[in-house]
Amino acid sequence: MLDWLGPEEWRAVALSLRVSFWATVVSLPVGIFIAYALARWSFPGKQVLNGVVHLPLILPPVVTGYILLLTLGTRGPIGGVLADWGIVFAFRWTGAAVAAAVMAFPLMVRAIRLSIEAVDPKLEQASATLGASPPWVFLTVTLPMALPGIVAGTIIAFAKAMGEFGATITFVSNIPGQTRTIPSAIYAFLQVPGGESSAMKLVIVSVVLAMGALLLSEWIGRRVAARVGGA
Amino acid sequence: MLEVSIRHAFAGFTLDVDFKAPPGVTVLFGRSGSGKTTIVNAVAGLLTPDAGRIAADDLTLLDTKAGVRLKPHQRRLGYIFQEGRLFPHLTVKQNLAYGAWFAPKHAPREDMSRVVEMLGIGQLLGRRPGALSGGEKQRVAIGRALLSAPRLILADEPLAALDEARKSEILPYFERLRDEVNVPILYVSHSASEVARLATTVVALRNGRVAAMGPPAEVLGDVGAMGARGAASVLTARITRHHADGLSELATAAGTLWLPRVEGPVGTTIRVRIAAQDVILSRARPEGLSALNILEGRVAELRPGHGPGVMVTLDIGGDRLSARITRRSAEAMGLAPGQTCHAVIKTVSVAPEDVGRANREAVN
Repeated sequence: MLDWLGPEEWRAVALSLRVSFWATVVSLPVGIFIAYALARWSFPGKQVLNGVVHLPLILPPVVTGYILLLTLGTRGPIGGVLADWGIVFAFRWTGAAVAAAVMAFPLMVRAIRLSIEAVDPKLEQASATLGASPPWVFLTVTLPMALPGIVAGTIIAFAKAMGEFGATITFVSNIPGQTRTIPSAIYAFLQVPGGESSAMKLVIVSVVLAMGALLLSEWIGRRVAARVGGA
Repeated sequence: MLEVSIRHAFAGFTLDVDFKAPPGVTVLFGRSGSGKTTIVNAVAGLLTPDAGRIAADDLTLLDTKAGVRLKPHQRRLGYIFQEGRLFPHLTVKQNLAYGAWFAPKHAPREDMSRVVEMLGIGQLLGRRPGALSGGEKQRVAIGRALLSAPRLILADEPLAALDEARKSEILPYFERLRDEVNVPILYVSHSASEVARLATTVVALRNGRVAAMGPPAEVLGDVGAMGARGAASVLTARITRHHADGLSELATAAGTLWLPRVEGPVGTTIRVRIAAQDVILSRARPEGLSALNILEGRVAELRPGHGPGVMVTLDIGGDRLSARITRRSAEAMGLAPGQTCHAVIKTVSVAPEDVGRANREAVN
């Protein structure tokens, strides 16, 4: 079974899983924070923040990748500073994770924001009258009640990160073992004669992973909703 | 002692109230739109009034002049909401324990098992709120507020969302709360029978102002606060016997009172609300009448209204009983203060929700 995939395909699958995992884990707390701010606070520039968060969903991925290269590249304004501290994203797997996170972020924030908006503020008031300070209200009422949306948002973001191609290849190129994720590998295999069978295997892996994520999200969502909904 | 003195302007409506709530149950009474819920929300800190001061015992909760404005979670008030507002993701037991977890360690607190026993919710502890009936939810909500070690319990029409059967199921728990728990209660209601059963003090509100304030017997008889149709008396009576024909015999200071079956063992002291418009007066002791209750008393006061009616208040052995009759009848009978007069009350005109257990002060 293990030798069904060649070493090069395996490398792509392992890298994709690693990139998507870190992209999702690191962006989740930020996503929850931004979703909460958009759902519950009113502040100047809220629409601008909302627009910036959603931009990667609308822009051509290549454009997003190029913007990342300009800002986070070793000669970019942010990338330059980070490079002085020894943090380099360009043409590294960490850069692939950044590209995947940025591309998946709007989907994650959207799902979490909707679920936070669905939490009845009257329950948060009740929690406050019982002595809970705002952080405790968030931790004991808002967060657990928004859990179905948070789980859904996380899994969608992971699946999106697995499939990210345009921004990744523009920002960090297509380096085997470093930035060649499953989509990049499929693309690369299709460029060489005789690569179709390898590409096909990765396509199957992609379908299985995506389907698995979808089923997992449905299952967790139902379990959590049953818990929150009573019975 | 809760002191409230606040002013708040809404579009087309100004709330301007000043009252003190002594220990016991203080009922904020008035129609919807009279400002009751606004006051409770201001006390809880869920709404900040334009100006004013709110203090519970020696703690200032709000003082707009001094710039004091405690956040809701700093006030330690147990709020019982109309819709319960139980946390759906927690079990009943976790809901009950929620407030206690945030209460300071030294705060005087109720014992969980005693509260569970008092409210009869022992079998529900493992369930989630989604699986509870309306009445059960409200009992858990009472317990949750009580167990948060509150300085004061706030209840905003906690029975309004329930049907009649559920109301009569929950009301006794508030009577027990009043009699067995040493926490003052601020209770919002638009129901005169709830006022008569529960209140130690009534604050009657009308259009954002305090229309009358005092013991329920006084305020409920106040035509100015209640309107002519709503005025009523509150009598204190002791159950002496339950009869097989469905009636209960009660002793009042002015004689025997017959009511439709009253819940409670012989010897229990109860309060009865009697609407002024259900009382008939007679100078001579009437004979051959279907009404079972004839109480003798003296005319204490005659108060003419704006219309054709007059409110006659009798002193019956120390209690006061009001009757609303026409001015024409009062003149024909030649009623005047000091005269002996008989009040006739139909047994069936007293509804079960008008009868409640009296609190300890009334018994002693």
